[in-house]
Amino acid sequence: MNLDSIYTEIITEYSQSKHNERTIDSPTKSLKGHNPSCGDEINLEIKIKDNIIEDAAFTGVGCAISRASTSIMIDLIKGKRIKDALNLVDTFIGMIKREITNDEDLEILEDAMALKNISNLPARVKCAVLAWHTLKQALE
Amino acid sequence: MKQISVDDIRKDFPVLNQTINGRKLIYLDNAATTQKPNTVIKSIENYYKSFNGNPHRGAHYLSLKSTEIYETGRKKVANFINASSTREVIFTRNATESLNLLAYSYGMNFIEEGDEIVISIMEHHSNLIPWQQVAKSKKAVLKYLYTNEEGIITEEEIKKKITDKTKLVSIAHVSNALGTINPIKFIIDYAHSRDAKVILDAAQSLPHMKVNVKNLDVDFLVFSGHKMLAPLGIGVLYGKENLLEKIPPFLYGGDMIEYVYEDSTTFAELPHKLEAGTQNVAGVLGLTKAIDYLNEIGMDNIEEMESELTSYALEKLDSLSEIELYGFKGISNRGSVISFNVKDVHPHDTASILDAYGVAIRAGHHCAQPLMRYLGINATCRASFYFYNTKEEIDLFIESLKNVRKWLGYES
Repeated sequence: MNLDSIYTEIITEYSQSKHNERTIDSPTKSLKGHNPSCGDEINLEIKIKDNIIEDAAFTGVGCAISRASTSIMIDLIKGKRIKDALNLVDTFIGMIKREITNDEDLEILEDAMALKNISNLPARVKCAVLAWHTLKQALE
Repeated sequence: MKQISVDDIRKDFPVLNQTINGRKLIYLDNAATTQKPNTVIKSIENYYKSFNGNPHRGAHYLSLKSTEIYETGRKKVANFINASSTREVIFTRNATESLNLLAYSYGMNFIEEGDEIVISIMEHHSNLIPWQQVAKSKKAVLKYLYTNEEGIITEEEIKKKITDKTKLVSIAHVSNALGTINPIKFIIDYAHSRDAKVILDAAQSLPHMKVNVKNLDVDFLVFSGHKMLAPLGIGVLYGKENLLEKIPPFLYGGDMIEYVYEDSTTFAELPHKLEAGTQNVAGVLGLTKAIDYLNEIGMDNIEEMESELTSYALEKLDSLSEIELYGFKGISNRGSVISFNVKDVHPHDTASILDAYGVAIRAGHHCAQPLMRYLGINATCRASFYFYNTKEEIDLFIESLKNVRKWLGYES
């Protein structure tokens, strides 16, 4: 396994950046995501107005991969319509499961494409998808 | 101590002599499961090649041979833990199953409303959830022994929690998460003075030190074979004969009966009463060979070798400013387990990075979520040693550890 392909600059920077780590005043949805086997625990909050995700943020503890993945996701979905956010979630999970491999189809994920190589590290896949599954649950 | 060459020992363990991710494997996850020596591996192959039959059932050679292997294993285990008779040794799948057997057959039948069950905050989930469920179902009270700021359960705490209402104390000999050796002799004696029975979870102690059920005067004891060189899927429940006599069967089925009528059954004698269905003969044979291997080296020697490794590793870890150690700090009351974290780094990242260097450790809550919560942490890294580990391996582990923060973008 090549650590360079996992702990990339994008991942380490996002994992240390705190810009999405906060609480939101009166969020529309607040949902806990939990990986019982490793102890990653995030609380995702989103504010929705007119079917658009106006704001999103998270609190909690997690590894670099889950934190980076959560923060990248939040940057990506803010200002998006719910329908489009759900499409991003499906695309991301498809990428991790290697069901979507074409780079053109993945382009909409922007920085989240940096997590593509996590699929080479089966033990960490659940860290990468935690926030995305949580978002999907919150939106559905 | 007789002259023991670790190099020679390592030749007996094929798994240890391989490369992982292009690097020499350094296996430091022995509290999760240990590797197996050739004698154990070959005995299992040999069993299926030459002796496979259903024990206790047939009059033919293979069935008799399987019965002999199985019952010889029982004798071997009884001698190893110094049980009074083979009737006190029950084979299960693992320590978890042994504890569940006790919870269902002993707990559900002998614990009553208002009784107290005492466990410790450092129990593995397998010695916690069964008692939580028994307490819930019988309206009993589940009480915890907590550690002090030094990571120790004090005599004061024991005297406070174990009362005349206590019916049962179930406690780990050595904590799988922190390595702490609990004051079990004091707990057993004190519990007995209050007429309570004691279960000892020896999963993390029996592989590493001499455990003598008679000297301890413990009522029940459980352990897993796979943490002491034996294959996965074979475990043991020891119980004092008069207590095992009293408890009803856990599982019903073949081999545990005398006479079965349309609407009633009489059960077999101990130990068969508590062993339903075709048993894991190859697993018992593997366990037999594992005990032979441990006896060959000597449990006293094993304890000494591991204590040297653990103090060496503790000293090295303690000298790194980015490492935080958890639990009891000293070496005297500690098994060969060390729990730690790298500053600012989640244990799962540490474990993945170490894996890339060929170093196998465990990261997570170690099936002890209440303990993690009590300590105010989310998860830890755990390095655990066995007598086949070396100081050179610990040096490489420490060197790899120094790279962890760098991979996550920290300067040092």
